[in-house]
Amino acid sequence: MAAKKASLTSRNPELIRGIRKYSRSKMYHKRGIWAIKAKHGGVFPRHEPKAAPPKPAEKPPKFYPADDVKTPIPNHRKHKPTKLRPSITPGTVLILLAGRFMGKRVVFLKQLPSGLLLVTGPFKINGVPLRRVNQAYVIGTSTKIDISGVDVEKFDDKYFTKEKKKKTKKSEGEFFDTEKEATKALPQEKKDDQKTVDAQLIKAIEAVPDLKAYLGARFSLRAGMKPHELVF
Amino acid sequence: MPFKRYVEIGRVALVNYGKDYGRLVVIVDVVDQNRALVDAPDVVRGQMNFKRLSLTDIKIDIPRLPKKKTLIAAMEAADVKNKWENSSWGRKLIVQKRRAALNDFDRFKVMLARIKRGGAIQQELAKLKKQNAS
Repeated sequence: MAAKKASLTSRNPELIRGIRKYSRSKMYHKRGIWAIKAKHGGVFPRHEPKAAPPKPAEKPPKFYPADDVKTPIPNHRKHKPTKLRPSITPGTVLILLAGRFMGKRVVFLKQLPSGLLLVTGPFKINGVPLRRVNQAYVIGTSTKIDISGVDVEKFDDKYFTKEKKKKTKKSEGEFFDTEKEATKALPQEKKDDQKTVDAQLIKAIEAVPDLKAYLGARFSLRAGMKPHELVF
Repeated sequence: MPFKRYVEIGRVALVNYGKDYGRLVVIVDVVDQNRALVDAPDVVRGQMNFKRLSLTDIKIDIPRLPKKKTLIAAMEAADVKNKWENSSWGRKLIVQKRRAALNDFDRFKVMLARIKRGGAIQQELAKLKKQNAS
């Protein structure tokens, strides 16, 4: 084919939904089919179909199911990560509302492809490691820290998934023993990742007075505090 | 026992209900037993029920129904803004507004400052107690 046009707009504008401006014969003229035909001696040019590669001989199937099996409808929908609240930007201090670290104030690093937020204490300050957190269980404060010096490209959801346990068959004697699977220690690589990420952050945090103590303290409601009236 | 703050032309009042909550306005005329005509430099003159107004101690000198220019000039002459902001009522409101606008980090800093202040007071008290005991 000759070079395709940049945009393939229709030459037949829509006057109103369902009704176009030009009739069939007018469009024939507009598209220039008469000119193409004239160039090729009264016949619209027709290209031979490309020779298809020969298909391998199909074997008859080994098994014919007794009942009709329904073919599933293909689903091409792709998940988008959850929409991030505008108050949460990289470097924001977040307050965790649930889980083991309930009430801890923590630094937001980035949103992972699954939609979860990547977050770190920093570990030295409040004991929260690099961790994933759901946006719904978080309050975004208006305190921001500069995290331009931190490289978080390597972290994604695969980094945080649990490793699959291999099932080993137990002999009868061992079966009645209490679980003595060794609790896995954190691999040194993850500890190093934590240290590198936190090193940059802690520098930025110590530049602001009281921020280190703030991140080390937990948030809680006191008497007279009304969450719907508090400014975070 | 007797009343001290009267509804009169030129009385400055605080709006305590409605769209203009928290604004200072001047009573410019009285409509009837319940309503006053009220005006302020950045407000369209309009009527307001007395129940929506809290009278203040401040009164300015204006004729009945002054033009906006005269009203503004009279307010400047009487220095209403500064008188209000230095009065204890006005100061309280300013502090309330500031406290309500505190961010979570600010609240933390305030807590640290209060603890520090308390510590300093206790130290002084201990010193004085020691002096007294000796």
